[in-house]
Amino acid sequence: MLLEARNLTRILPAVVPVTLVEDVNFEVGASEFVAITGPSGSGKSSLLYLLGLLDRATAGEVLIDGLETKDLTPAEMARIRLEKIGFVFQFHFLLPEFTALENVIIPMQKLGRLPAHEQREHAAGLLSDLGLQDFLDRRPEQLSGGQRQRVAVARSLANTPDLILADEPTGSLDSAATEQVFDSLHKIVENQKTTVVAVTHDLDLAARMERRIHLVDGRIDYDRPC
Amino acid sequence: MMLLLRIASTHVRTRMRQTVVSILGVALGVGFSVAMAALMQGSQQDFMATLIDAIPHVEIQDEKREPTVQPATAAYDAVAFHGLRPLEDLRGIRNPTEALASLRDWVDGKLAQRLSGQAVLRYSGQDLGMTLIGVVPRRELAVSKIREDMRQGSFEALEATGNGLVIGDKAAERLGAGLGDTVTLTSANGIAKRFKIVGLFHAGIKSSDEGLAYAPLKAVQILLEKPDIINSISIRLNDIDEANAVAARAERQLGYKAVSWEEANEGLMETFFVRNVIMYTVVGAILVVAGFGIYNIVSTIVHEKSKDIAILKSLGFPETDIQQIFVLEGLVIGALGAVAGSVLGFGLSSYLASITFDISKDVEMTHLPIYFSALHYATACLLALFSSAIAGLLPARKAARLNPVDIIRGAS
Repeated sequence: MLLEARNLTRILPAVVPVTLVEDVNFEVGASEFVAITGPSGSGKSSLLYLLGLLDRATAGEVLIDGLETKDLTPAEMARIRLEKIGFVFQFHFLLPEFTALENVIIPMQKLGRLPAHEQREHAAGLLSDLGLQDFLDRRPEQLSGGQRQRVAVARSLANTPDLILADEPTGSLDSAATEQVFDSLHKIVENQKTTVVAVTHDLDLAARMERRIHLVDGRIDYDRPC
Repeated sequence: MMLLLRIASTHVRTRMRQTVVSILGVALGVGFSVAMAALMQGSQQDFMATLIDAIPHVEIQDEKREPTVQPATAAYDAVAFHGLRPLEDLRGIRNPTEALASLRDWVDGKLAQRLSGQAVLRYSGQDLGMTLIGVVPRRELAVSKIREDMRQGSFEALEATGNGLVIGDKAAERLGAGLGDTVTLTSANGIAKRFKIVGLFHAGIKSSDEGLAYAPLKAVQILLEKPDIINSISIRLNDIDEANAVAARAERQLGYKAVSWEEANEGLMETFFVRNVIMYTVVGAILVVAGFGIYNIVSTIVHEKSKDIAILKSLGFPETDIQQIFVLEGLVIGALGAVAGSVLGFGLSSYLASITFDISKDVEMTHLPIYFSALHYATACLLALFSSAIAGLLPARKAARLNPVDIIRGAS
């Protein structure tokens, strides 16, 4: 299995501890397109951050490609994020001082797997695949919301990860831009055989994915194909 | 590292006004510290050069560091003696020829013997108390700069004139005597001898110009009734750094007290040391203040760039990278400030070196002594970079510890 959640629990320490995710178990295989849905505060994003090793579980653990991640150091977790996981957030979170092309190149430079000229070609190719070939040298502020989010999708694909985790990727977009971004994610699953797990509150969008995990109060309410 | 440096440079570029202010802070710190160090070391070296020119590098005196062991002490193993009359001995360095010859065997430099004593100089009914120094003129010229101070006549004339005398111009002025006049010197023992003035000097030191006189050694020995006795040997070394070693060896060899120029000016050396400590403390304080500026800007950037920190972490940048980015930001500002400060420091030093002023009629147009040293620039730049790194490190550690989830949630 590419991704596995085992008895995953996340409790925020406070005077009155807050349970964000509780005893969640599921597996996700390669090339799956999975929606995580649920009402506000149901723990969708918290679960995604745990799956993406951005946060540590209070109990249980996440396995990436069979690798147990419970006892990894922060640096080892960062390395897995760099090599195996791509993130797309509700807000694009592009680095504002860098162009679209540079934003996509940065993860490649960090990984250092490709030589410099190939990094540039690969980044330009990813942006072109998402219809942004004319905006390579534009900064985020010079792009529309949909374009920025597509640059974020291109960046998530920079190091050819096995898994894309998207947190409300269309949450801040209008319907046309939403379609563009959703299509981009769909193509990634179909063409690149990459697994996409996307948190969304848009049930229509979720219905167009292959599988839906629905959370209520941090627990899985149901997990079934769409 | 290049990627991190690029991100760091981009961050500081986006806050150009604050960056420029911080760079200026570092630049002023480096610039003024370089100029101050150049001025202080310049003045110290100038002073030292003047001092070393004016005094012997090593002076062997006719005294001993420990009191003379009395014959009774040597003869009896007693705890204490009372009422004994100590052995009276004529003061002075005996057998100077032998002592000088033994020193010449190994001392790398010039030696000159002297016999000094008090005498009264009389001319035209006027008396003036003088310190009379008996010298071998050619040897004295080799160890002192008296030739440069000569205003009339010559020091070498003492060699040719058995009863020649060289006195300060102020003394001559007070007595109303001039070159070629014959004066009378009377020793403390009441012996009087006539001398002919063959030279006038001006050292620029009032006590010397009014109260010092040079005469041939033989004549002074006769006047002071100290035949074949001298009371000091002056040594001018080829390497002044050898002064302490030469003094120690000479003292062991001859048994007389030998004082190096460093020992003679120990208090002055300590003063210079304290002055340098004060200077570097001030420089350090300036750079610490500049460091606060850098801390301020890097802290602001960390605050403003928290989203970037979160995204870099989500992309797979470890905490060490995040920390390095912000330390690099401090260093970028520090490095730019150090470069600008070095240019400023050089400009200030050059300007100070170009200032000329007239001190007195006896000293020609002079200028501030400025010492240009790469070490000053290197020290100031390294201190600036160190200060910048520390100033960047504190907010950088905070940045590295930021939890990306908190930031992403906040942004959402």
